[in-house]
Amino acid sequence: MSSQGMLEGADIILKALVDQGVDTIFGYPGGAVLPLYDALFKQNKIRHVLVRHEQGAVHAAEGYARSTGKPGVVLVTSGPGATNAITGLVDALMDSIPIVCLTGQVPTHLIGTDAFQEADTIGITRAATKHNYLVRDVEDLGRTIHEAFYVATSGRPGPVVIDLPKNIQVEEGPYTGSPKLKHKSYRPQIKGDLDQIRAAVDMIANAKRPVFYTGGGIINSGPAASQLLREFVRMTGFPITSTLMGLGCYPASDKQWLGMLGMHGTYEANLAMHECDVMINIGARFDDRITGRLDAFSPNSKKIHVDIDRANINKCVHVDIPIVGDAGHVLEDMIKVWKSNVHQPNKDALADWWAKIDEWRDRDCLGYKQEGDEIMPQYLLERLQDLTKDKDRYITTEVGQHQMWAAQYLGFEAPNRWMTSGGLGTMGYGLPAAVGVQMAHPESLVVDISGDASAMMNIQEFSTAVQFNLPIKVFILNNSYMGMVRQWQDITYDGRYAHTYSEALPDFVKLAEAMGGVGLRMEKPGDVDKVIKEMIKNNKPTIVDCRVAVLENCFPMVPSGAAHNEMILGPEDVETDREDDPTLV
Amino acid sequence: MAQDQAIFQHTIAVLVDNEAGVLARVIGLFSGRGYNIESLTVAETDHDEGLSRITIVTSGTSMVIEQIKAQLERLVPVHRVQDLTTDGPCVERELALVKVSGTGDARVESLRLGDAFRARVIDTTTDSFTFEITGASSKIDAFVALMGPLGLVDVSRTGIAAIKRGAESL
Repeated sequence: MSSQGMLEGADIILKALVDQGVDTIFGYPGGAVLPLYDALFKQNKIRHVLVRHEQGAVHAAEGYARSTGKPGVVLVTSGPGATNAITGLVDALMDSIPIVCLTGQVPTHLIGTDAFQEADTIGITRAATKHNYLVRDVEDLGRTIHEAFYVATSGRPGPVVIDLPKNIQVEEGPYTGSPKLKHKSYRPQIKGDLDQIRAAVDMIANAKRPVFYTGGGIINSGPAASQLLREFVRMTGFPITSTLMGLGCYPASDKQWLGMLGMHGTYEANLAMHECDVMINIGARFDDRITGRLDAFSPNSKKIHVDIDRANINKCVHVDIPIVGDAGHVLEDMIKVWKSNVHQPNKDALADWWAKIDEWRDRDCLGYKQEGDEIMPQYLLERLQDLTKDKDRYITTEVGQHQMWAAQYLGFEAPNRWMTSGGLGTMGYGLPAAVGVQMAHPESLVVDISGDASAMMNIQEFSTAVQFNLPIKVFILNNSYMGMVRQWQDITYDGRYAHTYSEALPDFVKLAEAMGGVGLRMEKPGDVDKVIKEMIKNNKPTIVDCRVAVLENCFPMVPSGAAHNEMILGPEDVETDREDDPTLV
Repeated sequence: MAQDQAIFQHTIAVLVDNEAGVLARVIGLFSGRGYNIESLTVAETDHDEGLSRITIVTSGTSMVIEQIKAQLERLVPVHRVQDLTTDGPCVERELALVKVSGTGDARVESLRLGDAFRARVIDTTTDSFTFEITGASSKIDAFVALMGPLGLVDVSRTGIAAIKRGAESL
């Protein structure tokens, strides 16, 4: 029993989570978090989703966060519980996903003694998180949790770890802090500098060959930023492209949309970037998958860069007008300035620019050849797009060829509908992410676009989906290869497929059934529509084994170390003597 | 060498919360991103507010120096970052304890040189002196070099402490 006004640590933690609006946590119990699990057992405000591996817990929380705009919450035990979570934390760090991860720790008096299941979680996660805390005194507990939520969700979002020694979970203390807590030092810049914004708008108004290059920062700013972006892009009449992380911030069905840019971006998007005279980067970070060879990146453009993280300014690419601030706030100000100055874009120049872009579009870079009686992966995704686009749909992906095909052939009309591992490129992300998305959106269609190799990385989370009746669809583009690695071996290692063949794959249909779900298979183009429809109708966790053309590669491609105007459009463009440059990624 | 590839040395002052692990965060940032640390000093400077001041001497291209400052600023327990090299002028000092062991002429000579450098003897035995010397790092380098042949056995240096000239605070 607690004395007056005092609570046990575990209850302080749960009260703080409830006060933060948390309704779902993803976790896995263990010795060092038993008191917290016992407190969870005695309440009914927070649902706990039992994953099968702690990495899955973090990815599920990422899916939950990315699809709702709320922070995802994870609870794992000390030692292996914490170390298993690391990949998920780094994934969230790279893609700016707000996560609060509670880790159990051995009691404070045992820290440093190599106790059972002890790991230096704070040391290990320092570079894997935006910030981390070790709570050594129960009096700091409530405040620390509220501070962690503030840090995870404000500025550039990211993962925060709170390490909770077991004795802190049972000691009594006062409930301190509140969701309105003010942080003593951390004050990210939200509003952009107005003079810089004015200069940017002037540059935009005088552009002859402009392009908007947008990214995940728009999604992180919230749906209002996507709305403002649409408004501004339509006001200007400019073409727009986006990174992998920004898909959905602008509707793919719109005529100003050029498709994704970068290594597997469209011909028109990459050439527009290469030839533009003014580049308007909002919420993207000039990642190497975007820029290609840096010294040949968009050589003749003036660049505007809006980013909430000052460290992204001039990190890889020198820009002319940097604006530090939240994408939504800056867009709002840009629109105001544009309207108040009655700016008009240069209509003639813009018409010429669009004519050039239309020529590039006519190359139809996403065209592909039907080979025999095989299911072409591109065709498969086109059909998936057609049969699901009108549904309340969320897509997650793993990492590889299937991910790039999904980005190319699925169209996203709204933000928060596309969950993928961009920065870290984590195979095994999509299945647990789908679990998290489906928890947040139980009635929606949630599809994990997967590959045969990625699927095996976190297949155990299919059991989680079965346990919680989550009708996720694991849509495996099965070519029995680690397709993207093999593609690089095709291009730069003379087709020597060192260990990229997926030998001893399971029978995915039987596997789904053995785990308590439904398994479907397609083998010929004629099966595609029927199986996809069956998958959609099915309200149980489902694995679809799509046997696709085995040796198909993903194009267009800007090979590592090439410039945007040196794209490979199809297998016929692949030079056989190309070498892998070990100085590049 | 192109102008943007030239390497410059900068002295950076960082005001941080004096909490466990804060120094590891700063050092981890430098090692993780491949930046140089040429000198680093840290101590609590405001007990009531719980603040410590870290002085870092680093070097890099101007783009790297800008990155270092931006990366430091985004650490959660960091209150302020000041580039004393560009926001200067500033004064920089280092303190060293230099132990010399010997007898006879060398011992007398070390004492004479210590005097010339305005070093203070803070510990002595019949066959050793320990000097305390303060000044620019180059002065300490010179003193340590001179002590070499006179029986130098140990040196402990603090690294650089720096502060901006004038009335302004960090």
